[in-house]
Formats: sequence, C-alpha cells, structure tokens
Amino acid sequence: MLTAAVFLIHAQPGNYNTAKRTADGPDAEVTGLTVPLEHSFELDDVPRFHLRGSLQLRGREPAVSLWQSPLTEEERALLKEVAAVDGLYRVRVPRVSLQTERPVDRQPEGYLTAFVRACSLVESHLSDVITLHTDVTGYLIGISIVTVPGMCWGAEVEDDVDLESFNTTLNVMAPVNAPGPETAQFIERMEQEMEKKGKNPQEQKSFFAKYWYLILGGAVFLMATSSAQPPAGGGREQS
Amino acid sequence: MANLTTCLTLFFLCYGLCSAVYEDQVGKFDWRQQYVGKVLFAHFDSHSQAAKKLILATDKNIVASLNSRTGELFWRHVDKVGPEGHIDTLLFHGQDAVVMAGNGRLLRSWESNIGALNWEMVLDTGSFQAAILAGTQDSVKFVAVLKKAVLSLHYLSNGHQKWVETLPDSDTVQYQAVYSSGGSQLFVLGVVPYSHLSIIAFNIEDGEIMSQRSVAAPWVSKVQARCGVVDQGVLLCVDATTLSLYMLPLNSEEPAELQQVPLQSLDLELASGYQPVLLTTQPNPARPPLAQFFLQLGPDHHVLLQLSDGLISPLRDFQPAFLVSFATAGEKTVAAVLSPKNETVSAKAGGVVAETVHPFLHFFLMHCFIVLLLDHAYDLQASSVSLYSADSGRRLLDTTVTVHLDPNGGKPEKLYVHAFLKKDDSVGYRLLVQMEDHTLTFLQQPGRVVWSREEALADVVTMEMVDLPLTGTQAELEGEFGKKADGLAAMVLKRLSSQLILLQAWIAHLWKLFYDARKPRSLVKNEVTIETLARDEFNLQKMIVMVTASGKLFGIDSKSGTVLWKHYLHDVQPNSVFKLMVQRTTAHFPHPPQCTLLIKDKETGLATLHVFNPIFGKKSHVTPPALSRPVLQSLLLPLMDQDYSKVLLLIDDEYKVTAFPSTKHVLQQLQEMASSIFFFLVDSSQGRLSGFRLRKARELSLTDLSTELIWEVVIPPEVQKIVAVKGKRASEHVHSQGRVMGDRSVLYKYLNPNLLAVVTESVDTHQERSFVGVFLIDGITGRIIHEAVQRKARGPIHLVHSENWVVYEYWNAKSRRNEFSVLELFEGTELYNSTVFSSLDRPHLPQVLQQSYIFPSSISTMEATLTEKGITSRHLLVGLPSGAILSLPKMFLDPRRPEVASEQSREENLIPYAPEMPIRTEWFINYNQSVSRVKGIYTAPSGLESTCLVVAYGLDIFQTRVYPSKQFDVLKDDYDYVLISSVLFGLFFATMISKRLAQVKLLNRAWR
Repeated sequence: MLTAAVFLIHAQPGNYNTAKRTADGPDAEVTGLTVPLEHSFELDDVPRFHLRGSLQLRGREPAVSLWQSPLTEEERALLKEVAAVDGLYRVRVPRVSLQTERPVDRQPEGYLTAFVRACSLVESHLSDVITLHTDVTGYLIGISIVTVPGMCWGAEVEDDVDLESFNTTLNVMAPVNAPGPETAQFIERMEQEMEKKGKNPQEQKSFFAKYWYLILGGAVFLMATSSAQPPAGGGREQS
Repeated sequence: MANLTTCLTLFFLCYGLCSAVYEDQVGKFDWRQQYVGKVLFAHFDSHSQAAKKLILATDKNIVASLNSRTGELFWRHVDKVGPEGHIDTLLFHGQDAVVMAGNGRLLRSWESNIGALNWEMVLDTGSFQAAILAGTQDSVKFVAVLKKAVLSLHYLSNGHQKWVETLPDSDTVQYQAVYSSGGSQLFVLGVVPYSHLSIIAFNIEDGEIMSQRSVAAPWVSKVQARCGVVDQGVLLCVDATTLSLYMLPLNSEEPAELQQVPLQSLDLELASGYQPVLLTTQPNPARPPLAQFFLQLGPDHHVLLQLSDGLISPLRDFQPAFLVSFATAGEKTVAAVLSPKNETVSAKAGGVVAETVHPFLHFFLMHCFIVLLLDHAYDLQASSVSLYSADSGRRLLDTTVTVHLDPNGGKPEKLYVHAFLKKDDSVGYRLLVQMEDHTLTFLQQPGRVVWSREEALADVVTMEMVDLPLTGTQAELEGEFGKKADGLAAMVLKRLSSQLILLQAWIAHLWKLFYDARKPRSLVKNEVTIETLARDEFNLQKMIVMVTASGKLFGIDSKSGTVLWKHYLHDVQPNSVFKLMVQRTTAHFPHPPQCTLLIKDKETGLATLHVFNPIFGKKSHVTPPALSRPVLQSLLLPLMDQDYSKVLLLIDDEYKVTAFPSTKHVLQQLQEMASSIFFFLVDSSQGRLSGFRLRKARELSLTDLSTELIWEVVIPPEVQKIVAVKGKRASEHVHSQGRVMGDRSVLYKYLNPNLLAVVTESVDTHQERSFVGVFLIDGITGRIIHEAVQRKARGPIHLVHSENWVVYEYWNAKSRRNEFSVLELFEGTELYNSTVFSSLDRPHLPQVLQQSYIFPSSISTMEATLTEKGITSRHLLVGLPSGAILSLPKMFLDPRRPEVASEQSREENLIPYAPEMPIRTEWFINYNQSVSRVKGIYTAPSGLESTCLVVAYGLDIFQTRVYPSKQFDVLKDDYDYVLISSVLFGLFFATMISKRLAQVKLLNRAWR
C-alpha cells in the first residue's frame, strides 16, 4: 500500500506558497537526484535512523517533492510510547546540493538533523512542516521540522486514523537578498519635492520675502515712536 | 508669530543641547584614563637638574613622555597597530627622541618637551638590525641605522641622509651591530654563525670602507647580548659552550686572533643551561665606552668585571641580583644593587677589587654602577637598592634604600636608573622599575614610591560591572527577610531593633551632612576606599571588574576610576582567552558576591577557573573543579544552588558536562531539568553549528552528566566562513511586547531569547562576488528563522543583537563605503502565545523587515544601551576610529521608516527614510575625551531607569552615563526648589487667610 502526500514547492525567497498536490507514486517521474529522508524515535533516545521517505530534486530551479510511506503498526505504537515519555522525534537528510543541474562534485558528507517533540507530532496528527534551507549556491545547510500546532496538551489520539500517514508541507528556503541603501529612490523623491516647490513659488519665498512689509512697517513705527519721544519725558512717565 | 518663533527656537535649543554635556558637567559623571602599554624603551631626560621627563616607547606602538613627578602623561603619540607601527628602537639625546618604527621604515625625531615632530624620514623597507647615535669630537651629530644589507648615516638635526652604503656579502654575513666611539670610524659587526665574525670599519665622513676583516670564531651564533664593546674599542664576547670570554681590539690593523679568557680562570661559574648576558655601558655616544661591564651568569647572579691593560678582572660578585643597570651623572657613572633586606650582598671579590682599580681611571673618572638585587624567597616584600662605584665596586655611602614593591606584581623585569649629582657632589638617584605585570613604579631615594602606573590596563580583554554591597544597616534590614521565622515576639523585636538601627543611621547621616555643610567645599573629599564602598541610592556607583591580557585583574570604582584592588594571575599564558561570569551577585547577603574567570589556553584548549570576590578581589575559598579536558563551551544557568550561586556548566571535547558548583542539590536539579537544558557549539573551521541537550542519567549515578546531539546545521566553509555568532544578553529586559502602529493596532515583536545571529563572510573576496551572510538561528531547535545575503559586501562585521532586532555594519565593496543594516522581527498583529515563549512551540516564522543605510565613517566597535526595565528607548553606542563614541538613536535604524511620510507614520513617530545616516557632533558622548583604539564598549543598567552606565575600553578607559530618553526621572540640577516651595507656601497661606476671611464674612452676613 503506497499512498503518498507530495507537495511541490518552488523556492521563492520570502514567499512560501503551498503548491499543487499530486498523488503520484515514487516512480512517477524519477529524474534528477533522490535523497533519503530518515527519521528516528526511540525510547532510550539513542538515535537509530530509518527511512521515512525520499526527496526528489529536479529541474534548474530547486524544486523538491517528497514521497513518504505511512507508519507501520509497530512504529505507531512506538511513537505513542515515545510521546508518552516526552522523547524526541528526529529527522535527518544528507548534505547535498539541491541544484541537480550542476555536476555533483562533493559526495554527501554527514547529515543535517533536526528534531521535534514526539508528543507534539502525535497530537498534531502527524501534520508537520519540513523546511530545507540552502545557501547561496543551493547547497543544503539545514533542515527544520515543526508541527502545527506545536503544543503538547496531553490529548488522546486515535492511532488508526490519525497516525497513519504524514500530512507534510515541504518548503525550500534560499537566502533572500538583503536590501542596500536605497539612494536612487531617495534622490528621485527629493527631485520630485524640488519640482513641487518650484511649481509653487509662494512656498519658496523666504521669511523676509514674505513679511517684508510687516517688518519694514514695524521698523518705521519703532523709529517714529523712539524719535518722537522726548528724552526726559520717558523717565517722568515711568516714575 | 513671534510666539511661534520663540517656541521653535526653544525647541531646537532644547533638542540640540540636552543630549550634549554642559560645560560645568565636564568630568562630573565621567572620567578617562590614558595608558601607554608595556614599556620597551625608556630614557630619563637628564640634561638638566630640574628635568622631570621620561621618554617611553611601548609595545602598543606608542611614544610618550611622562612627568616623572606625578606619572602623568605629558604627551603621547599613538602609531598604527601591528608591525607597521612597531617601534624598533628609541634613542634619546638632548631634547630629541629618535624613534625607528615599522621595521626600519620610518625614522622620526620628536621634540621631547612638547612632543612635536622635528623631522621624519622614510627609509627603504628592510629588516632593521640596529641603530645608534654616533658623534665626532665629543658632540653627537648622527644617527647610524644598520639594516640587513645597508648602513646609512643621518644627521641628528634634520634627518637628512649623509651617506648610505651597501654592506658586502650581506647574503652570507648577518650584520647585527654597529658601534662608534666618537672617532672617525664606524664599526659594523657581522656574524656568520659558527664560522667567523666580520668587522667592517667605515669612515664616518664619507662612508668609505676603511678596513674589512674577518676573524675566525667557530662558537659565535649572535651578537646581541653576547658581545659588547668596552674600553678603547675592545670587542668582548661571551660564549656558553666554551665557557669563555673572547677579546678583540677593533682598532688594530692586522687580523688578530680572538683572545680567549676561560671563565674558570676568573673564578666564575656559569649556572647550568643559562645563556650568559653581557652588559656594557657607553655614557656618551661620542666617547669610548667604559672599561667596566656586567656579566650575568645566572638568573640571579651578576658579576662586575673590568678590562684594564688587556686583562679582565672581576671587581665584585653579586648574588642574588636579578637586575643590574648602569647610570651616569655628570662625569660619574654608578651602579645599584637591589638585594633582599635581610641578606647582605656577598662581596667575594672584595679583596681583588682594591688591587685591580686602575689608578688612572680612578683619577680621571669616578665610575659607579647600580645593581638591583632581588630574591624570590623573600617574597619581594622588601628589597634594597644600593649604589656602587663602577670603577672600584665599592658601595657608596647613604645610597642604600629599602624598596617595598607590590608582592603580587610578579618579578621585576626591567630597571631604569636616573643618577644625578647632588649639591655636595654625592650621587642621588631615581628608579623606574617595570614589573612582570606591566606595572611601572617610580621610586625616589628614601625608598618612597612616587607613583606607579598600571599599564596592564592598556589591554583590557573583558569586563563586568558588579553592584556594590549594601551598607551595614541596609544589610541588617535585608537579613531580616532571609532568616527563618522563629516566633512572633522574636520577629517583632527583630523588626523594632532593625528600625532603631535605621533611625540611628539616619540621624548619624543627618549629623554628618550638617557637619560637612559648615566646612568649605574643598575640604569635603569623599575618598573612595575599599572600606567605604557601599551602594548609593540609585545604584549609579558600581565595581568594574576588568581582565587584562597580561592576566592581571582589576577592581575599579566606577565613580572615580580609582583602582581598589588588583590581582595578578602568575600562571596565565600570554595567548589565553578569558571569559568572566558573575555567578552570584551582591543581592544575596550574607553570601559574598562571586565571579568566575574562565582562562583557556588558546593552543591546548585546557582551561582553569579562578573564583574570586569581585568587591575585594580576594580569591574565593571555593575550590573550582579540575578540568582535565579542553573546554569547548561554558554556560551560566539561571539555576541556583542553595548558596544562591548560579550553576556554571562546562562542556569538554568529549561532550561531557562539568557543573560548578557541583553539590548534590545542584546535580539533582540538573537531572530534573535535563530535558530543558540546551546548548550549542560552533565550529567555524568546518562551518558546523550543533545543538546539544543534557541527557537524563539512566542509572542513578548523579555525577555523570552526558549530552546528546539534537540538531546540526552545516554552512559549507568552502563558500563562506562563520565570523560571528551572537546571542542576546541574558540580563536584558524588554518592556513592551509590541509596537502601536498609526492605525492603533499592535505589531507584536518576535522576542525569542534563544535566537542566535550568525554572520558569515564569503571566501571569494572579489568585489562583485563577495557577500556577507546573515542567519538567524534558534539556539534550541536549530531552526533557521531567517537567511539573508548582503551582496557585494565584506567584513569586518560589527554586530549588535538585542530585543527583536539585529544591527550589523559591513563594508560595501562596490560602493566603497560603510553601511549599516537593521533587521527587525515581528510576530504580526497577533501573538501565538502571549504568556510564555518556547522555542519548541512557535511553528510560524516571524516577519522580517530589513533596511540599510550609509554610514559616513568606519567603526571600531558597537554596543547597545541597557536599562533596568527596558522602558527607555535604545541607543547604539558606536566607537569610531577617531576616538569618539557616538550615541546613535535606534530610531534612525528602524526598517519601518517609510519612503514617504504618511499620516500614520507621523502618528507613529517614524522618521522618513534617508539613505545616509547622520553623525551629529552633539551625539559624541565623550566630547573631547577621545578614547584611543577603542576595542569594546560595556553597558550596564543603573537603578535609575533613564540612566545607563557606559565603559569604553581600548588603549584608554572612559566611563560615563548616558540618558537615551533624557533624564525623565531625575530633577534637573538647577531645579528651582525655592520658587516651588515659596509658591506652595504662599498658596497655602492664601487659602488659610481667604478661608478665615470667608468665615468672617459669613458670620457677618448671618448677624445682619
């Protein structure tokens, strides 16, 4: 019995759109590289990885699809036991390049691992989000797994229905380009403002240009009053 | 209109001035200390009697002049860091200090009075060997510079080159020394190791080679410290393998043989395995050197010898004597001995002395010498210095002084003596002693320490600020809460007694205030000593604990900058890495505060712990665990043991964990919490970041703490290498969970305390292809939260990570400018879980906003301000290479700054985006107190929410307070108490009177 939930995602920086679902078997379109996705959940917490599914990499754009088999009866029982003792559920992938176009010059050396609490996986009914992180050259640098929801409430789970097959969303995350200082836009904006000011000459007038008549009037008035005042009279009035 | 203008003017005045310092506030809340580093060369300005200058050149590439009366700096010149500015030698003559810098690249002459540059000559680069002053006819006129293949002569007055000559056979012969005795000849000494010596004589006038000869010397390996010229041009060499002295007259024409004088024939014995050192003296470069010289035969054994009539004879034997030095005063040359106080200097050769004194020399010059005798066994508590006549070896009367050197400072390393003639023609002297811990101590003849400088502070590696302890009364009150309840009556009594004590203290305080008020201001001086240390009202005064590269620890009072305690760690390797942690703060009376210093050897990775009390500097009686394996990581848990000290976990290279303190209680707690204790390791050479978790012990052995690997991220080092990993400070508080936007909705911050900012640099450094990578990784789950690449960028990267933002600075390789970039993380308008943050339960990625700005200067270091509750807005403190410290409001580094200002953004106080970041001079928190080569900035919160304490360290140390949101919780200095209280009283009385009047009026109305 081979049912698989495969999500196909195109890496788009900053925007992870869930793509169309195709219900194909593993042998539907085997081009490019197949990478095993392994998992481990043990009562003694010593990792013993075994195959969970496989990732298929194809195309120029790093496009990845995932095929995975459902859990067997024993695995389901074990997962529930591990969840009961708050054990870990680990996944790992080998270090490979996602860009299959390039000749694979480096042999996979070592693995990238991530984990999630087994109880949260059980309580989320095996719905998880796996993200593959690549560096600028498309080389795999990290894997992360989260479950939705991520909490452990201690809820009871009906094993037959809920723990049968994974409901996985697969993402590929490549580094985004960090923005530099946006000088061009700023200069454009400044120019626009300058133009606006140029169109409206009223705004551009300086303080003196605007109120010269008031200042002049004030000055004349001041001069007039000070000269008209008799020098001795001022003192008198104040006293 | 006028009203508006005044308002505007007032606003600008306030805005402009409040952030700067008023003239009368200079030095009130801040202090700066300037240092020079470890002294390599020192000269006394001895040209006049009243001279009080000292010229120094140090390993920090600094030429400086010190006031020998006070130890203060007259002037200081800071050259480039690294080999470019390295000072090769310092020569001093008259008023000129001639400095050779940058491996023979730059020859400079400084005017010693004011530190002005007389002249500077750029020479050809080449490996520098030696430089001397040379003169003819009793006057010093030239500087001779010897390089690997070239000898050049420069005028002392203007630096111009008189002549330059290439040296013959420089590819086989290593020319190492140059010598002149005031005649017309300049001798260059070359060595072909284990074969022969090559001696070339140049004419000082035109550089012509006058004679050239080679002398067979199959034992010779190097010239420095092994050979010297004494008397009328006699070359002396000492060799450890043949246990002999060798003599050769330089002036003789015929190629003579080296004359061998076995040490045994002089009754001298070399300490086994010790390389002997020859010390000669030439008081005046234009005259021949003295016939007397020192021979060091062991670490504490010196012999004074004399060459007369072609015969070498010992004058006096000094054992134990660690350092010896010659000094000249006028026509007299003397030597001094520092010996342990209760042991007399053995004068084995005393009998010989009287006979071998050359009558002519005795008549002509009275040479004396200074020997410093020291002994470890006496713990350096007291050692004595004596002056000895150089030509007789006899002790001069009244010259012995007892010197008390700091017993903690290690061995004395170097001795500089300044001898001078007193009015009665006897010889007086001053001493400059450099200790192993870089302390400079200046001593005057009655054995008095005039001053000492802690030059180790020129290289501070790390520091912490610790709260001062409470006063006795405060502690008494605190202690009441700590004790267990023992009955109601006892508790009441206890409370009453402590209240009484408080009252008593308050009255005493009032009395002191009253008493002090009557005294003139200048007399009331609050001397800070270790006894009077107590926390002030607002916790503004703290103890600064500094760790220096030389392994010396300092406790400095943050208010005055006084060094309150120091502790020298003797066994620290020079390339060690330090990490200082505060395990127990002062808050847990009666337990003393406790700091732990992790000292890790860079090469072996082996670590030791030094546990001490940060207030008194005393080593704690707590024995730290022995660490037998290299330590990879250390982490301080918030978990405490019964004595309130935080638990320190040390992870070794087998991923085994050692806990300190490791009491049973702690181990039990650790076992219980094992599944929630995570840590990460970074291996930058392999680009590997890995996360670990403490593993619960299966069997009941509590002591065995093992770990398990839980996540791994590998950034391929072939493409980019990790240059920085930075988490958040554990002591940081964030007051507001979100930001209120213009439309009254809240944008919640992503406040992940476990977030790590990892910065990488590309291996490819081409300006088009180079990049800087920024990764935000959760330290618990290893989840990469954000990944960004800054194209066409290069290091050095400076990074600050705090709250929900990361600020980094990089070099834009294409536009050739420095740029700032800020990343802010937000959860969105709804919080996932508002009560608690758990890295294990945050399935949604945060929104990341980023913006970049041009910064008009390069930067040296960067740090963010920190306050008690995190209410005050944040500033970035940026150390600039110019020595200024810029307090840059975080408001300018906000990725939400809009392109065009809208109504909503104005509501939110967002500044419209401008690509260039301004540097305003009033933002310099250290006004004109430049901090040279600033290396780090430390920020600490104070008891006042508005105030953050700042310490900037590098070559200098600068301490100040900053108020990022102005002093909103403090009344101003010039607050008008009189006006306010008079208005208050006036109103009160007016109310009383009007009330009375109203009553009268009412009464009258009632009668009517």
